[in-house]
Amino acid sequence: MALPQVKLDATDARLAAMSLPDGGWSDAARKDALARLRAMGLPSGRDEYWKYTKPDTLVQPDAPHAALFDGDTTPVFSDTDRLRIVFVDGVFDADASDDLTMENVSIERLADAPDIHWARDLYGVLEAKGQTPVERPLAALNTAFATDGVLIHVTGPVARPINLVYRHKSEHSDAILHHVVKVDSGAEVTILENGPAAARFNKCMEIDIADGGTLHHVRAQGRDHERRAATAMFARLGAESVFKSFTLTANGVLTRNEMVVELTGDDAVAHVAGACVGDGDFHHDDTVFITHDAVNCESRQVFKKVLRNGATGVFQGKILVKEGAQKTDGYQISQSLLLDDDSQFLAKPELEIYADDVACSHGSTSGAIDEEGLFYLRSRGIEEGVATDLLTIAFLAEAVMEIEDQALQDEINSRVDAWLSRRRG
Amino acid sequence: MLEIKNLHVQLEEEDKQILKGVDLTVEAGKVHAIMGPNGSGKSTLSYVLSGRDGYEVTEGSATLDGEDILEMEPEERAAAGVFLAFQYPVEIPGVGNMTFLRTAVNAQRKARGQDEMSATDFLKEIRAKAKDLKIDADMLKRPVNVGFSGGEKKRNEILQMAMLEPKMCILDETDSGLDVDAMKLVADGVNALRDEGRGFLVITHYQRLLDHIKPDVVHIMADGRIVKTGGPELALEVENNGYADILAEVA
Ligand SMILES: Nc1ncnc2c1ncn2[C@@H]1O[C@H](COP(=O)(O)OP(=O)(O)OP(=O)(O)O)[C@@H](O)[C@H]1O
Ligand SMILES: [Mg+2]
Repeated sequence: MALPQVKLDATDARLAAMSLPDGGWSDAARKDALARLRAMGLPSGRDEYWKYTKPDTLVQPDAPHAALFDGDTTPVFSDTDRLRIVFVDGVFDADASDDLTMENVSIERLADAPDIHWARDLYGVLEAKGQTPVERPLAALNTAFATDGVLIHVTGPVARPINLVYRHKSEHSDAILHHVVKVDSGAEVTILENGPAAARFNKCMEIDIADGGTLHHVRAQGRDHERRAATAMFARLGAESVFKSFTLTANGVLTRNEMVVELTGDDAVAHVAGACVGDGDFHHDDTVFITHDAVNCESRQVFKKVLRNGATGVFQGKILVKEGAQKTDGYQISQSLLLDDDSQFLAKPELEIYADDVACSHGSTSGAIDEEGLFYLRSRGIEEGVATDLLTIAFLAEAVMEIEDQALQDEINSRVDAWLSRRRG
Repeated sequence: MLEIKNLHVQLEEEDKQILKGVDLTVEAGKVHAIMGPNGSGKSTLSYVLSGRDGYEVTEGSATLDGEDILEMEPEERAAAGVFLAFQYPVEIPGVGNMTFLRTAVNAQRKARGQDEMSATDFLKEIRAKAKDLKIDADMLKRPVNVGFSGGEKKRNEILQMAMLEPKMCILDETDSGLDVDAMKLVADGVNALRDEGRGFLVITHYQRLLDHIKPDVVHIMADGRIVKTGGPELALEVENNGYADILAEVA
């Protein structure tokens, strides 16, 4: 089917200013991705999958200006002993990063990887697979044009979390990062991500977890009010593997986080969770697609959004249970706490099931603060603002508790707390 | 201490008068009980005093040590010393009982210009007080009232009262849903707080609680008014004869 002219024009306009980087071993994958992208075109507001989130500013040739935030700059995860890999406006910064050597893991910069490389079997491969049944053009754009990123190969238990730190220093930066993570059988790693990254950030992470492998992922997107981000994670899970991902989003004028998970081996577990707090000019979109393609797998989606002063939250979440994926346990909940009438939450939960012996449930709610609870707290002397914040943190707790590590949970909670109390003044 | 004069209250949402001229004075150091038929306005009075939304005071006043409390926010009333043990304590999922209580204690101290209580002092105190009420450590950690049995919720109210040490304690049917032993625990908790500077307003349907918490004064409320006031013997009369005689007598 021919693409509509507006879409062709928009895609041409964006690509006119871009050229494929010299990717060596990734050249073929990049060319394929570019062909994919040309065939589908960049997203437009008419696309069903972009019904609730305007893609214009993510698509337009130049990154919109984003002022740098000059408030408190203590980065999240500071209390965690971690290996930091720093990118400044999308460019790896060796001086700011820690030594990349650590036991049971190899970490290489995308651009530095030698020509024969394990990542060749994954780069753009999981992304390409994730293009059906729903197109994700920004991820194809990413595969084609990514200028930096890391290739992480985990071969055993890794002692310290790997922290990808994204600093934002230029008000017009347009960053495209692509990471590939391969977790071997029985290996285990925690990956942390934080920072505003760039004025406009397009990030893709492809994750391949072999049988019995474990990946914990905790991310904090925040700080710079005007930044925009479109991120996509593509995870393929082998038998008995575990993938747990949590994202906190505070601030950012526009965020679209896509999560595509495929459970391909029996008894695999995937938990994806997100908590977001939005105030004013804030639009946050969680778009999740989980495919069960093996027996006895478990997936959980827990997304909570606190919205005020006209903020918008979007959740599009789907569980697809393929034929033969018996004993699937799929759970999905998306909830919003609307602190005023100007804010809105748009949810599109979907289930598509082709197996008969499955237990899947989903629910979506939108509500205001519990007045009874608020009065109870206030009647004990807790000031209204503090009481509201307590109830807000409580509302987010179900999502935050998806983080397995208690210390990381605490760090995330203290972030939320700080965010709330800053607003209380 | 607590002085309620000619208090008229109606619902904000509908034009329904619930309190129709309540007059009541609780002196420091005294325990007053309020009894009265279902729907007579006892809980409404307690909510209006503690500042819940939805009620409109159309006439009259309520002061605590001379200060108009009806103008205050609920948290200001709490800091001024008003405490309501709820007839139906509210469940708050996601907020730990301990966090809640520490936030409350410190908020009140701050409002009164006192220093915050240190974490260790707080812990010591809450453990001791919880033990007296047979509230175990697990209940302190759990979210406020979530999954608590009826009796556990009521004991948790008394624990809060014990920690906050309010001046004016209002107990709305704290005895309902309690077994005999729990009632004794709750009564002991209340009696431990009795002192010269503190007033109590105990709303109850039964004489049993008043066996343990000896009231100085008993009021009968009916149709939004205090219709009769007497000594402890009035509660016994209600226990034995119900309200019919009293209501007929004042009609
Ligand atoms: N929010 C409300 N909406 C409608 N009616 C109300 C509301 N609050 C109170 N009422 C009515 O006001 C009257 C007094 O209620 P209240 O709860 O104060 O009675 P009570 O004396 O505490 O009764 P009980 O002994 O059963 O606890 C009742 O008729 C009740 O239905
Ligand atoms: Mg009542």
